[in-house]
Amino acid sequence: MNVVVLVKQVPDTEALIQVAEDGKSINTDGIKWIMNPYDELAVEEALQIKEAHGGSVTVLSMGLKNSEKILRTALAMGADKALLVDDPLAFASDSLATAKILSAALKEIPFDLIIAGQRGVDEDNYQVGAAVAEYLGIPQISLVVKEEISDGKIRCHRTVEGAVEIIEASLPALITTQRGLNEPRYATLPGIMKAKKKPLETRNLADIGVEPASVGMDNRRVKIVSLTLPPQREAAVMIQGETPTELGAGLVKILHEEIKIV
Amino acid sequence: MTQSVLVITEQQNKVFRKVSFEVVSEGRRIADSLNGELVALVIGADVESIAKDLGQYGADKILVADDSALYDYTTDAFTDISAAAAAQTDPALIIIGASSQGKDLAARLAARLDAGLAMDCLAIKDTDEKLIFTRPLYGGKIMAQVEIEGTPQIAAVRPNVLSTTKTAGSGIVEKIDINFEKSRTSVVEKLIEEGDKIELTEADVIVSGGHGTNGDFEAIEELASVLNGAVGASRFAVDEGWRSHNDQVGQTGKIVSPSLYIACGISGAIQHVAGMSTSKTIVAINKDPEAPIFQKADIGIVGDLFEVIPKITEEIKKL
Ligand SMILES: Cc1cc2nc3c(=O)[nH]c(=O)nc-3n(C[C@H](O)[C@H](O)[C@H](O)COP(=O)(O)OP(=O)(O)OC[C@H]3O[C@@H](n4cnc5c(N)ncnc54)[C@H](O)[C@@H]3O)c2cc1C
Ligand SMILES: Nc1ncnc2c1ncn2[C@@H]1O[C@H](COP(=O)(O)O)[C@@H](O)[C@H]1O
Repeated sequence: MNVVVLVKQVPDTEALIQVAEDGKSINTDGIKWIMNPYDELAVEEALQIKEAHGGSVTVLSMGLKNSEKILRTALAMGADKALLVDDPLAFASDSLATAKILSAALKEIPFDLIIAGQRGVDEDNYQVGAAVAEYLGIPQISLVVKEEISDGKIRCHRTVEGAVEIIEASLPALITTQRGLNEPRYATLPGIMKAKKKPLETRNLADIGVEPASVGMDNRRVKIVSLTLPPQREAAVMIQGETPTELGAGLVKILHEEIKIV
Repeated sequence: MTQSVLVITEQQNKVFRKVSFEVVSEGRRIADSLNGELVALVIGADVESIAKDLGQYGADKILVADDSALYDYTTDAFTDISAAAAAQTDPALIIIGASSQGKDLAARLAARLDAGLAMDCLAIKDTDEKLIFTRPLYGGKIMAQVEIEGTPQIAAVRPNVLSTTKTAGSGIVEKIDINFEKSRTSVVEKLIEEGDKIELTEADVIVSGGHGTNGDFEAIEELASVLNGAVGASRFAVDEGWRSHNDQVGQTGKIVSPSLYIACGISGAIQHVAGMSTSKTIVAINKDPEAPIFQKADIGIVGDLFEVIPKITEEIKKL
């Protein structure tokens, strides 16, 4: 079973996100970058599949040179190989362009299964996995909390509103992760040492045959006009009261008379 | 350029999801400003009878793709049909509800049509020249105003945010014959959650509990129940196994926008707040007056949740 995992780096979820001076991008000064938490689930699941069925785990990312760090992390967790598509012309590609680039890079990697995060917790696009599956012509199953592979088929539990669907597809296929799938392992010290010797290769757009004219900042379908902070709330009205009954009654009075929600 | 708007609706067991009426109402508004026709698409098995209901929300034409093979949502078949309906309608804008199903479909459809997609939008504004979509990034820590190049433009709108508007209209229902490939995924079984639990992302009221509950959600369940709301949780509560992953609100959980969000025994970590900051009214109940959650709330109560919540429930019952 050859599994490819799509990973991207995102700002640490602790980070305060601020608008940069151009009003269209975020201020990246001092931001710590981490592997997208949903991609950690993807790496972990791929490793478990390898442990159960044999094969290999390759991690693939498109990003700048500093994305090597998350690829090394994945290698330290136990992935076998890493590939980074790093090209300044690809910088700030939108979801469709990112998916085009990743699918072009996937032409040189044999795979039975691709695992992506359901979304990057940066732009929350929920798009790249599905677009890669479309460009490669394979089925997708999103929001997976459990999977089982046998006889060339994958059977997944997928979360939807109020239910879990059990879905089956023939491989090759692409799945995206949902929390609950697993608990990602930490890289151990021996793992980190070993990762240093594992192959981490880099490609540019020309290497994978992608026309720069179809990707990058200037070719975004979705253009950011402006970024703004969400409206700030006024200071909270604190309910006054000596006893729980007074506090409770105070809240219900506001909810009933002013906000009219109860 | 075409000025029509295509909305793709969602139903289950012949009942429309509320977000379907939201996208039709929003589609009507945009179609009016573009001076175009509003076409709604209904996909399912035996759904012709419910299709006409969309006319009440302003659909001019309602396309129905009806086939027993369409009972369950599958990415392949629904994408084929949506793409064919788009080819037939040639819309300026396609609107889809950003439910689990809608997000899956919107992402695949955008790639199929090579169209720009604004995922999980909170608002669509029609300026003179362009449509501007507002969408939260970083789980809501920041808002982006985006525009889309090329046609069609696709917007997946967050459930529960846009309002529904009834009109006097009645749409023309038209059955369409669309060839779709047999889906490569099949739904083997659907495990429905117990009771008629209200889905977090669709709930008008959410009462959430965190570490401060110590795993005892009884008072929270009761309050949610009298408010006809859903129960949410912080990641702490989920990691402890007190609540299911489905209940987690936050940057790495569900992103919710109810009218009323009540956070109980939740400190207000940035990742939690990111997932609920677009709620209309936020109430915080915490025994620590310094808890950061009070900075994010509209109304605060400093107190022990086990003492205060039952009183709130009692007072509501009196109304
Ligand atoms: C990568 C990453 C992603 C994350 N994603 C999320 C996410 O999506 N959602 C999320 O919620 N968190 C997320 N977190 C975790 C987040 O950082 C916090 O750790 C978590 O939200 C804390 O949960 P809590 O508020 O329930 O617990 P605590 O921070 O421990 O707060 C408990 C609060 O309860 C109060 N309290 C205690 N007893 C009582 C009582 N009897 N009555 C009233 N108040 C009481 C305390 O004063 C305290 O303020 C993430 C963290 C990381 C690293
Ligand atoms: N630049 C990238 N490189 C590798 N994988 C990516 C990249 N962008 C997105 N992905 C994958 O697609 C998933 C969804 O991302 P998004 O559509 O951006 O929300 C992520 O969790 C990754 O698995």
